[in-house]
Amino acid sequence: MFRRLETASPVETVTVTVGGKPVTLPRGETAAAALVAAGEATGRTTPITGAPRGPYCMMGVCFDCLVMIDGAPNRQACMTEIRDGMRIERQVGARRIGG
Amino acid sequence: MLFNGCALAYSPPPRMTDIRDRQADIIVVGGGLVGSAIAYGLTRHASRVMLLDEGDRAFRATRGNFGLVWVQSKGDGAPHYTHWTRNSQERWADFAAELKARTGVDTHHENNGGLTLCLSESEFLDRRSLMERHRRDAGNRGFEYKMLRLQELRELVPEAGDSVYGASFTPYDGTANPLFTLRAVHQGFDKLGGVYRPDHAVASIAHRDGIFRVETRHGTYEAPRVVIAAGNMTPGLARQVGMEIPLNPQRGEILVTERVAPFMRLPTQNMRQTVEGSIIMGDSKEDVGFDTSTDTSVISDIAARAVTAFPILRDVPVVRAWAALRVLSPDGLPIYAASEECPGAFATICHSGVTLAAAHANELGGWLMGADRPEAIAKLGPERFHVS
Repeated sequence: MFRRLETASPVETVTVTVGGKPVTLPRGETAAAALVAAGEATGRTTPITGAPRGPYCMMGVCFDCLVMIDGAPNRQACMTEIRDGMRIERQVGARRIGG
Repeated sequence: MLFNGCALAYSPPPRMTDIRDRQADIIVVGGGLVGSAIAYGLTRHASRVMLLDEGDRAFRATRGNFGLVWVQSKGDGAPHYTHWTRNSQERWADFAAELKARTGVDTHHENNGGLTLCLSESEFLDRRSLMERHRRDAGNRGFEYKMLRLQELRELVPEAGDSVYGASFTPYDGTANPLFTLRAVHQGFDKLGGVYRPDHAVASIAHRDGIFRVETRHGTYEAPRVVIAAGNMTPGLARQVGMEIPLNPQRGEILVTERVAPFMRLPTQNMRQTVEGSIIMGDSKEDVGFDTSTDTSVISDIAARAVTAFPILRDVPVVRAWAALRVLSPDGLPIYAASEECPGAFATICHSGVTLAAAHANELGGWLMGADRPEAIAKLGPERFHVS
């Protein structure tokens, strides 16, 4: 669905996992970019109806790209820069609190 | 929203109108929840009801509202106010169903009871005394309440923190979404044949030969009756038609968290979980005039209190905060005024526009169109503030 634009020079890369699957991207990109690079259109399901949602506005306003990052729920993937070893996982429904 | 200094809200130019578009049987000034509910109810008593609304740029208390349909703690020492509140609360379920049937808009009304948390034994004992006064004042109508110590409270809300001493519970309390309620009442009013005019802030009202001439930037509107329900802007307009309405704005700030799975089965007086999963917390009371900015020290106090009550909220991010102005009379009770100087003019203010919406929609229309004042609001006139 998404195709990366060619870059002029080789870039430093970072490897994260999306749903357990390793994905390698240029340093400086976001967890939302990792999600689409991994071919995941859906990063979460909504709290009430369970409808699928994925990265949309890519600028921090729509909150459709919420995912689990390193175990923390409701992270805005498009506002989170990737780090080596980052674990990005789908969030299903509303986060549960207090165990 | 501002863009290059220009309001993005669409403001249509004044249009040529038929004279009938300028005249009504009764004009309601103010399209928040109080004015809208009154206008909605008036459609059963008058064929041509007009609602003039400044719009969302106004100090719209409805927009900042916490969304409680609340009985406990209303009217200590003023049982007539408790009765009026309970009249509305008892009508709310039918009101919500009627709005849903008429407009398809769900107000998210729930009536599962509500809690007021107490953090110490002395707060708990004070609360019990208040509940007991309510029970005594209620007479034959009855007033059920329970005082729950922490262990019993946790049977209702297991997440209550160790610092909570207990809570009062009454089955009368509940919640509604104020934004959906406003939308439903506006749509219902429209479907019932009411005439709604947005962007019509009222500049002045004159009374001559039994007709009120209401000036807006889109021209003059006329009716033999006018109801001023313009929130904090009410006193200035009411004075022009012979009514003194004492009131002070009181700022309240509200915080909203991200959506989380349901855990709060019951609302408290200053914290509730919406149908969508957000936790709303608030209830600050600040005397700052017409200032709707937020204050980080108030916000952190609200958040700290929420975490004390429910420690599992500790790592739940707050995503928004806002401030709004309550519409508060000197004794905190609503004011329902009829002008003696200009018969046909009325003014209403209250700070519980959500709770009282069902009463406003059902019980005021006859009075505003010329019938006797309902006994239920006989003691809620502005005379009570006059020094004799």
